Amino acid sequence: MKRFLKSINIRELLRPIGQMILFSLGSTIVLSVIVLLLALILDRTVVGQTLIERLNVSLFTYTLVNLPQVAIDGLTIGFVYAAIALGYTMVYGVLEFINFAHSEIFAVGAFVGVEILIALEKFGILSNASLVMAYIYLILAIVAGMLAAGALAVTVERVAYRPLRHASRLVPLISAIGVSFLLQDVIRLTESLTSGQFNRIMPTFGNFDHRILFGKMAMGATQITLGVSIKSIIVIVSAVLMLVGLNYLVNATRIGKAIRAVAQDHSTASLMGIDVNRIISLTFLVGGMLGGAAGVLYALKFTRIDPFVGFFPGLKAFTAAVLGGIGNMTGALLGGIVLGMLETYAGSFMGVFTMGAAGTEYKDIFAFSILILVLIFRPQGLMGENVAQKA
Amino acid sequence: MIPVFLKNTTKRLEQGLCPYILILVHMVLGTALVYISPRSNLAFLVLITSFFSLYSFKADRRFKLAAGMVLTLLIFPVVGVRNIFYLEVIFQISVFSALALGLNIVVGFAGLLDLGYVAFYAVGAYLWAFFGSQQFYILHFAPGTQPSHLPFLLPGDAFYLFVFVAILVAALTGILLGTPVLRLRGDYLAIVTLGFGEVIRVLANNLDKPLNFTNGPQGITPIQQPTMPQVAVDGFNALFGRVVGHTVSPADMYNVMFYLFALAVIIIIIFVTRRLDDSKIGRAWTAIREDETAAIAMGVPLVRMKLAAFAVGASFAGVMGVLLAGSRTFISPESFSFMQSIGVLSMVILGGSGSIPGVILGAATVTILNLQVLQGLSLYLSQLRQTDAVIPIINFAWANLSSQLDPAKYQRLLFGLILILMMIFRPAGLIPSQRRKREPASDEAEAKEYHGTP
Repeated sequence: MKRFLKSINIRELLRPIGQMILFSLGSTIVLSVIVLLLALILDRTVVGQTLIERLNVSLFTYTLVNLPQVAIDGLTIGFVYAAIALGYTMVYGVLEFINFAHSEIFAVGAFVGVEILIALEKFGILSNASLVMAYIYLILAIVAGMLAAGALAVTVERVAYRPLRHASRLVPLISAIGVSFLLQDVIRLTESLTSGQFNRIMPTFGNFDHRILFGKMAMGATQITLGVSIKSIIVIVSAVLMLVGLNYLVNATRIGKAIRAVAQDHSTASLMGIDVNRIISLTFLVGGMLGGAAGVLYALKFTRIDPFVGFFPGLKAFTAAVLGGIGNMTGALLGGIVLGMLETYAGSFMGVFTMGAAGTEYKDIFAFSILILVLIFRPQGLMGENVAQKA
Repeated sequence: MIPVFLKNTTKRLEQGLCPYILILVHMVLGTALVYISPRSNLAFLVLITSFFSLYSFKADRRFKLAAGMVLTLLIFPVVGVRNIFYLEVIFQISVFSALALGLNIVVGFAGLLDLGYVAFYAVGAYLWAFFGSQQFYILHFAPGTQPSHLPFLLPGDAFYLFVFVAILVAALTGILLGTPVLRLRGDYLAIVTLGFGEVIRVLANNLDKPLNFTNGPQGITPIQQPTMPQVAVDGFNALFGRVVGHTVSPADMYNVMFYLFALAVIIIIIFVTRRLDDSKIGRAWTAIREDETAAIAMGVPLVRMKLAAFAVGASFAGVMGVLLAGSRTFISPESFSFMQSIGVLSMVILGGSGSIPGVILGAATVTILNLQVLQGLSLYLSQLRQTDAVIPIINFAWANLSSQLDPAKYQRLLFGLILILMMIFRPAGLIPSQRRKREPASDEAEAKEYHGTP
């Protein structure tokens, strides 16, 4: 027992938690300050006056009161992005290739998890479940989603990417796009053949929809309740656990060492006795499992999923990976949190700040603008090293 | 034994008058079949494939040119007017051929993977949709609240002007987008162009406020068409009235006209591509495609050449966009989704990137699969559902089949399969480009040599 404890590298367990806290707090503070400053500036202008007419509250108070909720929402979605982004970044680190189909692997994970819960609900198990059992079922769904997504990721690599490993850069990318499209319709086909519809709703059970309330804040004539839904806590906690586990796997185990070796140089790693193909499969497995779990968590948070559910989260997670510096795991974590925060802040406040001219509907393209800006001004990302471009 | 026999037969078929007779027989057979059974998909396929025999048999170029002109300018319009569905198929084939040829310049020649190509198509379409409709006077109205009887901003004949304006505007958009992102490596470029395509679609969806530019998800309608001279309608009726079997309305003639426009664009694209291919620019593009670093070392102005490819490709998409807005008189953001971009890409990949006949073949195949095969399957399935038929072994009644299963909607499956299978088994496409054939050693052999055994 003692020896086992000794063999655990405590530093590698604590480091990612510290990073996550740092990144979350940092991005919350920076973004909140920016938003509050903007609110202060705009308060004197026509924007502030419109709001006073409408809600009888100054823009600054409105922003301040809404901030905590926005920050928590941003953090929740940020951790989901981070979990998906890690899948992109790990594959990129090992193969220097954008696994375009990762977004559909995420979607498959979501579907498997949700289908299992729907089946449980159909048999009446969910509605009678005690709180503990509800959590067990949720964990079961997440694990099933992880396994299915991981298996799928390995299969996709074996079938559609491995034969193309020595082809020119664009060839596997085009194949990956093909896989992505194929999988979308395969999900739709299976769903419409088995259940007759392809929009699935996550069943409600347990206490996931409850909100833990902290109190109320006055906003003009109305009051806003401050609280966190249990869902969000579950999403954040499970994402943190997975990210810590992944970090430990990659940085403190023999397998992780092999992964890092393969990422640096295939042929040298192979000379050192590492089975490169197995490590690549393993990378896809781990990335796919993370994506699958993120899928179930996403379904828990947003309730409704369809076969195309992976597209936008996938693209945003890719943006997050690039933002953090693709190939760099800490970077993917940072990128995910920052992007989730940025997007939620923009989605929540842009509508008010621009007097309704541009609001939440631009949330999705906001990420792309960030992607383009990052690629222009800092292509190596926030944490990436400036590597020379390989042909 | 059999291969030798086949070889001898093909050799004999390529001698003397044989190819000419075969081509003519194929054309006449196709026309006759379509004439006899105007609703048969099979007959139509025979007619369409006569293009293939026209391409693959060895014959005099002038003969091929003449036969091709007879097919495209005479037989297709007449057959199409007789059965308007055929005309739709032919029109779509030509529109997608033009788009695919434009994308081919970007992907096939310069090797830049553009996943947002449809964005430029949308730019052209919305350009004419805005100026060729009443949208200018609706700027201050929310969608659906505008008063009726508004004037049109421009006369319909401004269409011709906007074909040229679209070239400029789309090329400019291409340059504006390209300037920052073309410095990126290939796969980043792919994602950024994808993002740009989505940005354009989201803008089209949401620019109905604060000023109503695009009318949001409802789209813009009606869009004006250029005037159709009565002479053309009367002339067509007098010449082909008896063959067609019914009097041709101006609406039918519009379809023919836009088909001919698309054809003209295709011919211009082919001309431009062929001139460019062996020019200094074309060689620079090939150099960039094969090896960027070596191209820079050889003094190829990298960004400028990439921008040129981007702008040329974009301008053709812009022209086709104007054409689409004019022919449909209605456009909405739906038509410019990411799936469309991938559809055009799969046409290029299927036919063979960099190869003009390949790309046209790819566009025709994908369009026919899409419009005829998938929809035919849908029709067949819905007929089966209404019968009492049962799948024999598993004893499953067709009537119980979910009504959600509609093959016509499974385009993504089709595109996905095409992309994967082509990349794995035939990355150069069905008809590989001439330049690729000329390359001395195959890439694969070189790669194996370099990387050791995989």
